[in-house]
Amino acid sequence: MNYQSIRNSVLRGLTALGITLAVISPNAAMAQAQEQYFGIPSSRVGPYSAMGTGYYGGIIDYLNYVNMKFGGVGGVKLTWEECETEYNAARTVECYQRLLNKGTQKMVVFDTLGTPGAYAVINRMEPDNVVLAQYGYGRTDAADGTVWPWVFNAAGHYWGQVAVQLSFMAQQEGGIEKMKGKTVVHLHIDSAFGREPLPAMREIAKQWGVRLVEIAVPPPGLEQQSQWLQIRREKADWVTFWGAGSGMNSTAITNAARVGFPRNRMVYVSFGGAEEDMVPAGDAAKGTYVTANAVPGKFPLIQDIEKVVYGAGKGNLQDKERIGSVYYNRGVGAAAMWVEALKNAQRIHKKPGKTVTGPEFRDGYEALDITDAKLKEIGIQGMSGPFKMSCTKHDGSERFRVMQWDGTKFALVTDWTGAPDPVFIRKLIEESAAKFAGENKITPRKCS
Amino acid sequence: MFYREAGQYASSYAQDRQLLTLRQDKLGMLILMAIGFVATPLWASDYWISAIMIPWLILALVALGQNILMGYAGQLSLGSAGFMAAGAFACYNLILRVPGIPFVVAVILSGLIAAVIGILFGLPSLRIRGLYLAVATLASQFFIVWGLDKFGWFKNYDTSGIINAQAIVIFGYTMGSPAQKYLVVLTIVAVMALMAANMAQGSIGRGWMAVRDMDVAAEAMGLSLLKTKLRAFAISSFYCGVGGALFLFAYLQTVEPATFNIELSFRILFMVIIGGLGTILGPFLGSAFILLLPIFLNIMFHAILGRAVDATIASALEQVIFGVLIIVFLIFEPLGLARLWQVTKERLRLWPFKY
Repeated sequence: MNYQSIRNSVLRGLTALGITLAVISPNAAMAQAQEQYFGIPSSRVGPYSAMGTGYYGGIIDYLNYVNMKFGGVGGVKLTWEECETEYNAARTVECYQRLLNKGTQKMVVFDTLGTPGAYAVINRMEPDNVVLAQYGYGRTDAADGTVWPWVFNAAGHYWGQVAVQLSFMAQQEGGIEKMKGKTVVHLHIDSAFGREPLPAMREIAKQWGVRLVEIAVPPPGLEQQSQWLQIRREKADWVTFWGAGSGMNSTAITNAARVGFPRNRMVYVSFGGAEEDMVPAGDAAKGTYVTANAVPGKFPLIQDIEKVVYGAGKGNLQDKERIGSVYYNRGVGAAAMWVEALKNAQRIHKKPGKTVTGPEFRDGYEALDITDAKLKEIGIQGMSGPFKMSCTKHDGSERFRVMQWDGTKFALVTDWTGAPDPVFIRKLIEESAAKFAGENKITPRKCS
Repeated sequence: MFYREAGQYASSYAQDRQLLTLRQDKLGMLILMAIGFVATPLWASDYWISAIMIPWLILALVALGQNILMGYAGQLSLGSAGFMAAGAFACYNLILRVPGIPFVVAVILSGLIAAVIGILFGLPSLRIRGLYLAVATLASQFFIVWGLDKFGWFKNYDTSGIINAQAIVIFGYTMGSPAQKYLVVLTIVAVMALMAANMAQGSIGRGWMAVRDMDVAAEAMGLSLLKTKLRAFAISSFYCGVGGALFLFAYLQTVEPATFNIELSFRILFMVIIGGLGTILGPFLGSAFILLLPIFLNIMFHAILGRAVDATIASALEQVIFGVLIIVFLIFEPLGLARLWQVTKERLRLWPFKY
């Protein structure tokens, strides 16, 4: 082939591509009656792929499980469409718009698995009537349901989490009064996610007399040498670590080992503390603490999914070893809340066996009352904490479990513990939400 | 046969200097504008407008700014996302702090603020060239984003370091729907693309090209290198700044400084290279390629393969195909997509006959 003919074929190829693209429009598929459609903005490639494949794999497996085991929710079959976000805010917006409508069905819930993505779409929720189900991440002050009617957080937010971490440290030191004069370093990725816990952390540090040092790591966070030298210079007693992506998370451990910082003085955020983050660091990871909102393990539901879904060869994970891992279980937990909300919505709005709309689903999500008995019924008792939503309170259990990596798996160190002073955290949330409402001229809705 | 210049003569200098001299080209542009301004807002879905058209136009505008600097003036620069950040945060702060400022004025002012910063970071171009200049301009990328991160004032002391774009209000009318935002973006982009085409054809653009091709010769011809280069930096940053403001207000609505990271700068650079250096059309084609191709690949893979192939493999395959296509284009058409279009036009002169 000479140059000219190659160019010809390139041109022809382009034309063909153009025609194909014109034919395939995102709304092409027609929906069947009595289906409930979910949009899944997964992130399966890039530095955050371990998180994305596990979490969204868990979600899809659970939806599949409900279809296969119970024939859907009250006869309504669950359907879904996936879209790749690459954990990128702009791509998340594109996915959101693409997934929003599918045929005659409209998406009712969106879960970005990431604070940057959540922030990018958070203002679109109310006009579009879509629930933003942040499952243990995202905008914290959205826990105030009067300002954010469409945003929920069923698995605890970062302010509550950092409070649990600090109180865990206090417990290890022998009481809050012993924390006075101690140095805590908040080592975080330089993004909204990394800074999210700071407002609460600063306040608690001030109250307790803790010296708080904030050190940022520019994304993607694979270079942390100078930060760890600084941590050693500051003579840190504890490090709270807010990292993203298994590359950054394991790098922190290896760097800590290099400067000789004890790993059992590091507390990882729930989103950086999974098997995929610990294993690459090898033996150095031993002793690292992690706060978890969904703990790993083969709970009855997870076992049943393995039997029903993977037994039929319909499983979403390529590596079956990952069933029951931290990210996978968290995904299952998130999807379980969607399904419980859907059940509530069908019950409240008297639409058994019918597709529900966004506002109906929202009411269902707000009516979530996840007791221990309910968790047991779902088969995840002990995997995540019990909680109850209300019109004002849009956050979940606000309780976390501390686990410790023993070199091969996580060992649970504490039971579900909440922030030492939840009233104080709540006050911070309401203040922050009120500031946002004021700046953006939002009238908080009445809740009684 | 249909697309021929035969019989069309320029009878005055003004006619000769027109941007589009051919009758067919003028007609084509009119149709394109009609599609853009009338058909798209009327008939395109919200998905198409807000997830495809708006980001495409905005990034094309930024790539156009980058092309002015790189393609026309020959100054290799890597800081375009930094200037976008400057524009976005400037616009947010102007609307927040200056009561009653009209949106368009705020956008223009934020472009000017970006331009001032651009001039500042363009100063090294008087001493260094080529790749070394690229490294020097890289500083602007990191410095601007670092500054916005460091000083809470820029973000109105938001606890998470996030800014929320205010509503776009033009003459007391709130532009809320995707179609309205699209029209605002399209108008600004169309006007600025027209200005760029004019500059490129006029004495300013010729000065840039002279400096690009050989700066010593250009200086010997009486061009001031200082003025020409800094003008290119200023205008390029102005485009990036306006693009950044639109990126925040018409597209994302919520951004943190980290949104404008080095990766975005690189993507804009690739848009210009793949679209065609030193062309006005190139950035539009290039940004369509870089921005939209991955999205279409994703849609296509989900539509065709569906559940048959594991989604993780499909996502990885998309990236592989995207990368291969970039290489294929650069090998077979190093002058970019704009050149392909030109070749097509030359072919059209004869079509449907052989000679």
